[in-house]
Amino acid sequence: MKKLRLGKLITTGIVGCFSLLFISPLIWMLSAAAKYEVDVMKFPIEWIPTKWNLIENFKTVWLGNVPFGLYYLNSLKLAILMTILTLLFSSMAGYSFAKLNFPFKNGLFVLVLSFFLIPQESTLVPRYILIKWFGLYDTHFALILMGACSIPLTFLARQFIKDIHTDYIEAAKIDGAGHLRIYWQIILPMAKPILATVGILKFLWTWNDYQNPLIFLISKSKYTVTLGIQSFASQYGTSYAVIMMAALSTILPILIVFVLLQKQVINGITMGGVKG
Amino acid sequence: MAMASTKTDVDKGRRIFWTNSRRESLVGFLFVVPEITGILLFGVFSLFFSLYLSFTEWNLVGGFDAIHWVGLDNYKAILSDAKFLKALKNNLLYSVILVPVSMLLGLILAAVINSRVYLKELFKVVFFIPYIATTVAVATVFSILFHPTQGAINNILMTLGMSEPPGWLGSTNYALWAIIIIAVWQVLGYNMIIYLAGLTNIPDELYEAAEIDGAGTLQKFFKITVPLLGPTTFFLSITGIVSSFKVFDLIAFLTSGGPNNATNVLVYYLYEEGFQNFRMGYASALSMVLFMIIAIISIITSRMQKNEF
Repeated sequence: MKKLRLGKLITTGIVGCFSLLFISPLIWMLSAAAKYEVDVMKFPIEWIPTKWNLIENFKTVWLGNVPFGLYYLNSLKLAILMTILTLLFSSMAGYSFAKLNFPFKNGLFVLVLSFFLIPQESTLVPRYILIKWFGLYDTHFALILMGACSIPLTFLARQFIKDIHTDYIEAAKIDGAGHLRIYWQIILPMAKPILATVGILKFLWTWNDYQNPLIFLISKSKYTVTLGIQSFASQYGTSYAVIMMAALSTILPILIVFVLLQKQVINGITMGGVKG
Repeated sequence: MAMASTKTDVDKGRRIFWTNSRRESLVGFLFVVPEITGILLFGVFSLFFSLYLSFTEWNLVGGFDAIHWVGLDNYKAILSDAKFLKALKNNLLYSVILVPVSMLLGLILAAVINSRVYLKELFKVVFFIPYIATTVAVATVFSILFHPTQGAINNILMTLGMSEPPGWLGSTNYALWAIIIIAVWQVLGYNMIIYLAGLTNIPDELYEAAEIDGAGTLQKFFKITVPLLGPTTFFLSITGIVSSFKVFDLIAFLTSGGPNNATNVLVYYLYEEGFQNFRMGYASALSMVLFMIIAIISIITSRMQKNEF
């Protein structure tokens, strides 16, 4: 048993206070979402509401004039579909670049590599024109098409698959397995840890994305939750408690995913140093 | 007899054509097709299309026939465009403050959390939450906290004795600072996590040896921790600078580049020109400028890396 050291306890206390201060905007959001409108802007801040209005605020957000539930479903649909496609495509490309030989492999890899650095923002205009030209403007399909693969996540998958020992693959080949079966029955199961990371990161990025929906969607019925919260804020103006309930509803799934799977998220972000 | 032999010949031929290496080539190639198609269409083609459009004037009306070649006019206009220069200046200020401040705080936090506290894992999670929390949702929270008269931040400042606290998001002088504060808050946890990963690579023996030589905490920090984290610092500065030139969500959501362009930045200006004014040529030229700025940063920093490490 290690003894508690006083110095370490004191630093823990100081860092603890700082962390509370640091996270206080989100705690404030949480408490405001449970308050009556008149109490939200009271100062000194009531961290724990004296009068609770949580249920009413919840009803206003979810059953009110703005179809928040629909935006939520749209975001969920997009995030799930793009996550599945990214998992498939990045693991396929990752396996191929890591373990297979094919013509122009190095050239194609350099191509992928060089587009790592190119900011998506600098191709917004041509992508917008392309999507309009394909007749896909204002469809979820357009977002899925553009978000189905992710270069940083392909790199992450490739790096991991590269470290899988070739012996497993050779053994499977001797048993008569083809490349497809090797991919499906050996690589994918062994790459589970990295696939978890890739999937979670893609889900987070898609859920949080604001720029792409803003540019490629126009019909309210197709809005994602990030666009929804904007129309919410403009419709409810100074009804801060209700807006905070909407913000809380938006962040909550992300927080739950993160707290449950913090190891994968943090490891993934550290490994690739990847950024959305 | 003759028939049978041709049949085996064909079989043999087929087997010879589908050698293991050919089969591997086919699978290998097919497996990268989705990824490569995406890059060719939304990367390579888009980049060249954007380059072409940057020499034209076009507002989407009249289709592709209405694209009007103007040569270097867009680029010339950009150089004397006061709004662009303002956006560039804002963006530079944003980067120059955000990147070092968030890195320094991240480093200190990482060094403290790494070995000097209990509950390390809990603190990691808490400080990391802002980085993954939805930016626009976080923005709504801060827009209320930064409210000039009733917001919690100004109430606290007034309690602390400031008689006229800043107007924050509505003020031309302070709006960008408010955005920077939110951005530091968001990215701090990311920097901390990357520094923590760097710290685990520093062997304990170094610290022990320094202690035997009588080095104090600060000395160990500046003589061992900081230099050995050089590569991490380098990595964080490039990714930090590059992503600071892509800032969009906070500004689009909170200020729309205002008041009076006080928070306009490169990507937001590009968005205004392209998707609000529909000046596709001009917006493409702006995209190219953005692309070049990021390319130059990447090239300069990779040169520096070769020299230093």
